[in-house]
Amino acid sequence: MNNPAPNLSDFGHDPLWLSIIKALFIFVFLMVGVLLGVWTERKLISRMQHRYGPNRAGKFGLLQSVADGLKMGLKEDLMPRTVDKVIYFLAPVIIAVPAFLAFSVVPFGPMVSIFGVRTPLQLTDLPVAVLLVLATASIGVYGIVLAGWGSRSPYAILGGLRSSAQVVSYEIAMGLSFVAVFLQAGTLSTSEIVAKQAGGGTWDILGMHIPTPSWYVFSLLPSFLIYAITMLGETNRVPFDLPEGEGELVGGFHTEYSSSLKFAMFMLAEYVNVFTVSAIAITLFLGGWHAPWPISIWDGANTGWWPMLWFFGKLVLAFCFFVWVRASLPRVRYDQLMAFGWKVLIPLNLAWILLAATFRALRLPEVDRGGILALGAVIVIGAFAIWLRFDTTNQRRRERKAAEVEEEFEQLREEPTAGGFPVPPLDLPHYHGVVPAARLHHEAKEVTSGSN
Amino acid sequence: MELYVPILVLAVLAAGFAVFSVGIAPFTGPKRWNRAKLDAYECGIEPTPQPVGGGRFPLKYMITAMLFIVFDIEIIFLYPWAVAFDRLGVFGLVEMVLFIVTVLVAYAYVWRRRGLDWD
Repeated sequence: MNNPAPNLSDFGHDPLWLSIIKALFIFVFLMVGVLLGVWTERKLISRMQHRYGPNRAGKFGLLQSVADGLKMGLKEDLMPRTVDKVIYFLAPVIIAVPAFLAFSVVPFGPMVSIFGVRTPLQLTDLPVAVLLVLATASIGVYGIVLAGWGSRSPYAILGGLRSSAQVVSYEIAMGLSFVAVFLQAGTLSTSEIVAKQAGGGTWDILGMHIPTPSWYVFSLLPSFLIYAITMLGETNRVPFDLPEGEGELVGGFHTEYSSSLKFAMFMLAEYVNVFTVSAIAITLFLGGWHAPWPISIWDGANTGWWPMLWFFGKLVLAFCFFVWVRASLPRVRYDQLMAFGWKVLIPLNLAWILLAATFRALRLPEVDRGGILALGAVIVIGAFAIWLRFDTTNQRRRERKAAEVEEEFEQLREEPTAGGFPVPPLDLPHYHGVVPAARLHHEAKEVTSGSN
Repeated sequence: MELYVPILVLAVLAAGFAVFSVGIAPFTGPKRWNRAKLDAYECGIEPTPQPVGGGRFPLKYMITAMLFIVFDIEIIFLYPWAVAFDRLGVFGLVEMVLFIVTVLVAYAYVWRRRGLDWD
């Protein structure tokens, strides 16, 4: 299978008009994608909850997002007196621009010919393309912090801080989950990572040639699973949508942005970010624009404009995954969220990276395999010993805490005012358990609603 | 540098759109003055006065930010190592094990001092 897969040397030759066309395409694609994405999400989640969802504006409610956008434009643009005006206006811009930028290194397809110019279906590629994606994600955090800070309202500031702490925490796990991919691919350029996932090798078992899967999702499954979790945390989606915990923080960092076009920017950025992390998942783990297995048997599947279709298909599926998760999972608690990011994802990730690196080193030519295995064994045993020590310490701490709670409980049971507060005894019988039958019949009189 | 020109084009496009939307927002809607409407929203109670130039925030967030910087720099060290792994060979593997163990010492210390616990 000969793949006209582009590599880094194919980039940087586009005339300016072609770059503008590509940039315009990405821009329009993302805008229309957000409109359709919002509609898809609402429709899909409605069906999952046995509702109809939007079905009034246009056929199947397809124009619902357009109607919502228009409505936002025609709403009064409130600006509370207390806000820091410059930051308040800048924050939506700061959050929206980098969201678009990350898409500039996403490969949509192989080399094609546009108006007679051979060019890859990708805006541009860099030797450090994935770093650009991480950088834009980090700049997006500035928008969140500044929106919360500039609003000068307690809810907004708390929401902004929470949201940024969450995003930076999950960014570490996200960055670590990429390392194994770079280890395998040997490059940070997105187009070359996609090219590396083209054709797998073959296993020769009993004279049969069994093609091995070439997507990194198979060979680096732990990395992919961790990435799938962090992309939910990174985009503030359910089950990690703490910043918009409406029960406690109203709207979080965008509480003060009423419902005007400024709020629309936040919403737009949120959905574009969902598309971005999905596109990165597809590029790094799911074979990029390469056709999935049954289609890839057809020789023409990975040439010309076809790969764009496979890419969009994967993007739609990835977006549906987000919606599915939203319909299925409850929101986690904030301390659980942070503990999961810092105490589970990071150590797991580091261990997996070292394991993957060891496997990689074993397959290098002319290496001392015995030495590597001995080193690996020492590390595994050492890690296990440390974990045991940690576990016993934690166990002891937990037991001590349980004993303390038990003691306090006993104390309160005997003496209700022990803690300094007039606490009712914990074992008071519930009143409905002791209502005498006589009182029930003679004195109880139902107070119907509305009578006063 | 040629590689970065298209990114600039997209940035101009996105920034133009965002600035246009934010800039036009005050002119497209109605304007009805109301004193309470211009207060910070706090579910109906009198808004808490916020100090000019930003208030204070829980120290917890600063610890998280510092830890983030430590680990982010660790990730940045891992990237070139991963890309050049095949050329470095076993030497690279041993070096990275030593590096990660060093960082893990700090990590275990923070964990032990309950820097990773939220409350």
